[in-house]
Amino acid sequence: MPILLFYFLAALTLGFGLMVVTARNPVTCALSLAMSFVGLAALFISLDAYFIGTIQILVYAGAVMVLFLFIIMLLDIQVESDKKPNLAAVIGGIVLAAVLAVQVATISSSLSLGDKTTSDVALTLQKVGTEMATGKGNLPTISNDLKAGTLPDAKLMGLTLFKQYGFHLQVIGLLLLVGTVGVVVLSKREKEVAR
Amino acid sequence: MITLNHYLIVSGALFALGLAGVVARRNIIIIYMCLEMMLSAANLTLVAFSRFHMVEGLPDYSAQALVFFTITVAAAEVAVGLAIIVALFRSKQSVEVEAVSKLQG
Repeated sequence: MPILLFYFLAALTLGFGLMVVTARNPVTCALSLAMSFVGLAALFISLDAYFIGTIQILVYAGAVMVLFLFIIMLLDIQVESDKKPNLAAVIGGIVLAAVLAVQVATISSSLSLGDKTTSDVALTLQKVGTEMATGKGNLPTISNDLKAGTLPDAKLMGLTLFKQYGFHLQVIGLLLLVGTVGVVVLSKREKEVAR
Repeated sequence: MITLNHYLIVSGALFALGLAGVVARRNIIIIYMCLEMMLSAANLTLVAFSRFHMVEGLPDYSAQALVFFTITVAAAEVAVGLAIIVALFRSKQSVEVEAVSKLQG
């Protein structure tokens, strides 16, 4: 990936992230967060994770942000009142964030894997494809894609999910069901009980 | 060239931004958005490591499966959390953190 593109995407993600933290209007915050997630999805795609990038846009920039905007408009939240922000909390937040950022930078600079570029760890698609085609349990749809030199990201993702993490997938499905039931129970208006 | 460190630093900065927002803001909905930002920053780390730690010439898809599960859990969490915020708003008529001080000593 061109280095300028990376810096542009990183600036997009972090700049709009900063706007989420600083903007006073909740709607501005929500829309900035959507833009930040779009930048993040582009970073995922630059890491050859096409499926995860698409999911990020669909789930976060789509569904989650619509939910946030819906709640903001449903509750009719105005621009934050003129109350001065809590100075101690603001200073604490900035200091905490700075300490954490310095920590991450120090640790990552001492990482042995850290100096590798994507071309150092280039994907060897054709080689893997030919190996897979001759091996046992060959899936032609994946090995043909690999031999043609493209990365069948969604197919490999599906293979991993259903082959290795089938049980986990069902547990996640159950979690979503429980979440749905919980939301319905929580937002049901309680019957007025005689007190 | 872009190294793994670049991605890790972007992810760390995004996490730090989210953390600052969670500590400094007083609107519960915005605190929630900052939490989502922190979750996504962790996802970026996972995807970066999955690309740079290869398994048989392909990215490590176990890490990406973990990201998939994280995104699903985050979506469920947002739905439940926003339902709690709506219930809170009904009883307090406010979404400021100062409105919820019942447990304060």
